Amino acid sequence: MSKISSQEVKHIAKLARLGLKEKEVEKMQEELTSILSYIDQLKEVNIEKIELQEKEIFNRTREDKSLSYSGIDKLIELFPDKKNRHLKVKSVFKKE
Amino acid sequence: MRDEIKNLTIEAVIDKLSQKKFSAVELVKSCLKNIKEKESVLAAFLSVDEKLALQQAEIADQQIEQLTKDNLPELIGVPIAIKDNILVEGMPCTAGSKILKNYIAPYNATVIKKLSQAGAIIIGKTNLDEFAMGSSTENSAFQTTKNPIDLERVPGGSSGGSAAAVAGGEVICALGSETGGSIRQPASFCGIVGLKPTYGSVSRFGLIAFASSIDQIGPLTKTVSGAKRIFRAIRGIDSNDSTTKVFPENNKKTLSLKEIRVGIPREYFTGEVDKRVASLVKKVISQLEKEKVKMIEVSLPHTKYALPAYYIIAPSEASANLARYDGIRYGCPAKAETLSDLYFVRNLFIVGWIL
Repeated sequence: MSKISSQEVKHIAKLARLGLKEKEVEKMQEELTSILSYIDQLKEVNIEKIELQEKEIFNRTREDKSLSYSGIDKLIELFPDKKNRHLKVKSVFKKE
Repeated sequence: MRDEIKNLTIEAVIDKLSQKKFSAVELVKSCLKNIKEKESVLAAFLSVDEKLALQQAEIADQQIEQLTKDNLPELIGVPIAIKDNILVEGMPCTAGSKILKNYIAPYNATVIKKLSQAGAIIIGKTNLDEFAMGSSTENSAFQTTKNPIDLERVPGGSSGGSAAAVAGGEVICALGSETGGSIRQPASFCGIVGLKPTYGSVSRFGLIAFASSIDQIGPLTKTVSGAKRIFRAIRGIDSNDSTTKVFPENNKKTLSLKEIRVGIPREYFTGEVDKRVASLVKKVISQLEKEKVKMIEVSLPHTKYALPAYYIIAPSEASANLARYDGIRYGCPAKAETLSDLYFVRNLFIVGWIL
């Protein structure tokens, strides 16, 4: 398994909005490479003949309908920034 | 009574409460005094709610007055500490992170509702490695918990605050959470009992999620029977956690040691295990054999793949679960002009936890 390049780390970091310092880029190269090597180790295992231990696997679903929630005021109280009962978020564009 | 707390089991608490040897209010006051005295050294708690604890104790005393012993709820008057990644309505819940420094839980986790119904008294919230990622409780953003058996050593983690609070005699028992060893390892480091219940037996609703495919909530106690009592109180199906299911149960009240078979996986005793640990475990195995417990050597050939599997599942699920801590709807807001700056600034703080 070849080491992940610093360009790859920087590209992933940009997509994930991570502000990495140069030293952290090196650390991430090491750590991401080691995670990928774990995947290589798992590839060794032949799982064709292995049966699932859990026999009764099923999906638990419920009707897709909205319910009213009584704790809304408490959630609004936790907003870091608000106007009346509305959550305030940062603007997407810079002010000119 | 304050010295007694260190050795007091859940059963002993319930016996003594029903025999009126002491009241729940007296017991809670003793715990609170122990906490005040020991916290400067142990640093096991992140928050303690004296008022709430005493209110619950008064209710427990009323119930003890009104009901016969057989009709009392199974954890009546038992002071319990809760790991600070489980929501207790009205109390702070930080997960050991400064991002949630001012977060007040808006609702109760299912396990908290169940504990309250069982009569347990919630004393406070215990320290942990940030977002339950770590094995020493040194990675909390607030404080480093000490091992009550030897203050020079770590209590283990991530439920190290819960383990230290129980072993240090600050509280009778505690709840922790485990993804890969976070209940059993600190319990072992502090010389107490820790149980990671089977996945699906205890609801995680109200637990701050780390790796949802493996997270479980479980008890830290002084005895196995105490762990069983808490487990029975908190387990069960919950419509808010669709992974919960009913498990078949052995209905026998007591199980004779002769009826128990224990599998000893060969692969767990490789050269990587500390010799002192291996010899202690072997000593326990031979003690149990003397008590006629059947010990059978088994093979779990995929053991060596457990760690690689863990280090793929845990970080990927953690990264999905922790993406919500952006400080927009709750938590500490970052100073930023635009939305994309906010994510960029916020993530400067989080980088570094991955492994």
